[in-house]
Amino acid sequence: MSDEARIVLETRDVTKTYYLEDVEVNALRGVDLAIRQGEMVSIMGPSGSGKSTLMHIIGLLDRPSAGEVVLEGRDVSRLAPNELAALRNRYIGFVFQAFNLLPRTTALTNVELPLVYGGVSGAERTRRATAALERVGLGDRLGHFSSQLSGGQQQRVAIARALVNAPSIVLADEPTGNLDSRSGIEVMAVLQALNEHGITVVIVTHDDRVARHSERIIHVFDGRARDEAVLADRIIAADELAALPPEEATS
Amino acid sequence: MNFVESFRIAFRALAANKARSLLTMLGVIIGVAAVILLVGIGLGVEDEVTGSLEGLGSNLLFVVPGQYEGGMGGGTPPGRRFTLDDVDVVQRRVEGASAVVPVLTAGATAKAGNRAVRVTVAGGSDLGPEVFTNELAGGRHYRRGELQAASHVVALGSKVAEELFPNQDPVGKKITLDGQRFTVIGYYESLGGGLGGDQDTQVYIPVTTAQRLFNLNSIAMIVVKAADPDQVDLVRGEVQRALEPSFGAEFTVFSQEQTLGILSDLLGTLTYMLAGIAGISLLVGGIGIMNIMLVSVSERTREIGIRKAVGARTYDILSQFVIEAVALSVIGGAIGVAIGWGGALLLSETTPVPTNVTAWAVAMAFFFAFGVGVFFGVYPAWKASQLDPIEALRYE
Repeated sequence: MSDEARIVLETRDVTKTYYLEDVEVNALRGVDLAIRQGEMVSIMGPSGSGKSTLMHIIGLLDRPSAGEVVLEGRDVSRLAPNELAALRNRYIGFVFQAFNLLPRTTALTNVELPLVYGGVSGAERTRRATAALERVGLGDRLGHFSSQLSGGQQQRVAIARALVNAPSIVLADEPTGNLDSRSGIEVMAVLQALNEHGITVVIVTHDDRVARHSERIIHVFDGRARDEAVLADRIIAADELAALPPEEATS
Repeated sequence: MNFVESFRIAFRALAANKARSLLTMLGVIIGVAAVILLVGIGLGVEDEVTGSLEGLGSNLLFVVPGQYEGGMGGGTPPGRRFTLDDVDVVQRRVEGASAVVPVLTAGATAKAGNRAVRVTVAGGSDLGPEVFTNELAGGRHYRRGELQAASHVVALGSKVAEELFPNQDPVGKKITLDGQRFTVIGYYESLGGGLGGDQDTQVYIPVTTAQRLFNLNSIAMIVVKAADPDQVDLVRGEVQRALEPSFGAEFTVFSQEQTLGILSDLLGTLTYMLAGIAGISLLVGGIGIMNIMLVSVSERTREIGIRKAVGARTYDILSQFVIEAVALSVIGGAIGVAIGWGGALLLSETTPVPTNVTAWAVAMAFFFAFGVGVFFGVYPAWKASQLDPIEALRYE
């Protein structure tokens, strides 16, 4: 993607300070970053680096102590929780390490969830949720409960849920952390395929190998961020899959 | 998100935990069923008692000496009592009356052979059966001639007959009342439980005989029966005009309606008390709902986190959990109504306990259950809605 692409989300000198049993923790000490339309970015750092806090702020789950978060040209850093909820619904799609699907609920109903809160109902909701599941290769698993799906499949349901509202950013937090290596590669392949089709993907991880699936890595360390481009040796998950020895079909 | 959506989510959650939902509902079910059943019994008893009072003979006026304003209690003590002459005055001057009966009651000991029983002696007139509706089981009531002659004849209440002459026909036998000898001329059917129970321990003799037995010139009250039920008030006026010359305002006429009013007030209070007791169990059911909703909220912390992450607002979570609690109480309430109502019908079919389930009681119980659901559902739902999505997503 070209550097001239529109900026979807930007942080300006974002700091986050919180207190753990009266001890002041400076999780973020002034982070400036920009996510552009259509790129695939990794935010990488060891645990304790502040990357989770940064993810919460980018995902509008949390507000910065100081600084600005600009989403689609609008400063959202001081909005009330309910306003943030509406923005998350519209602009952010989450993929979590632990999948976080609703238990005892079908794949289709799980994917419909953001549409429920977005006010989409009836046939339109089912149509869009079905399309999202087809997009991640689970068109034949609509009525399956989470417990009837493998880890890789569950994570793909979660990706479909993240996609279904056509968000500005799909934010994936350690998306392969709970998966075996093959399922992990499959999930990365799905994310890369989506990115090929113009969806902005942000991956938060501590794993260098996962991070190298993206076009750009933002390293976070001690609450600060710096950029590093990794264009040359980007890992293409589809090639990895082809290189793996053939296994018994999982789906 | 709209309301229908909240309903769908709530019912899906309840269906996912069927056993728990059912047990939680049980508290409300029992509460509502108890309210309906107990109120049904209260109203049923009220109906039966007032019904049996009406059975005493409608159109009755009870004239007693003394001034009473409110109910039968209180008032000033009578300055002068009625005598049989006053009965004559009423009889002559009140045209709308079909029967005028003097009544004098007092306690006495009845003996037959070596058996003795404490009884209430009711002195009346030959017109007694016109006014009171006891059924003779055998023999006869005393006649006008026996009243005028102050004969020593007696008719026994069913319990008295049983006590003194077990498994025998008492007619023609001799008994003594406070030592004086009487001939039994008849005995009555039992009036059963309730207020009627009293009358089974009475014995009936002519009022003239009673005055001599107890050495009195006076009588306790005059019972007047109006010939036409629509003319009770007219007759009341006539009675008042008849007695005013000799008593002034020193007497009171109670209509049967007033007596009934006092009784149904009393029984109504009793019904409210029963409803209150049953209401407490409904309240306990509500606490059960709150308890299980709190458990449910903490169990589903992660679900709440997911919902918030994908865009649920405070209101969405709040309404989801309130609707769950209300659904528990309303479904429980409906089942409770069915059980309470069915139980009341069964009870009146299979036992002598009368019941009367009114739409009012059903609606009350149901809406109270609804209110309990809202009241006890709001706090857990509010707790759920205030969860921080980040914390909630981390929750194991």
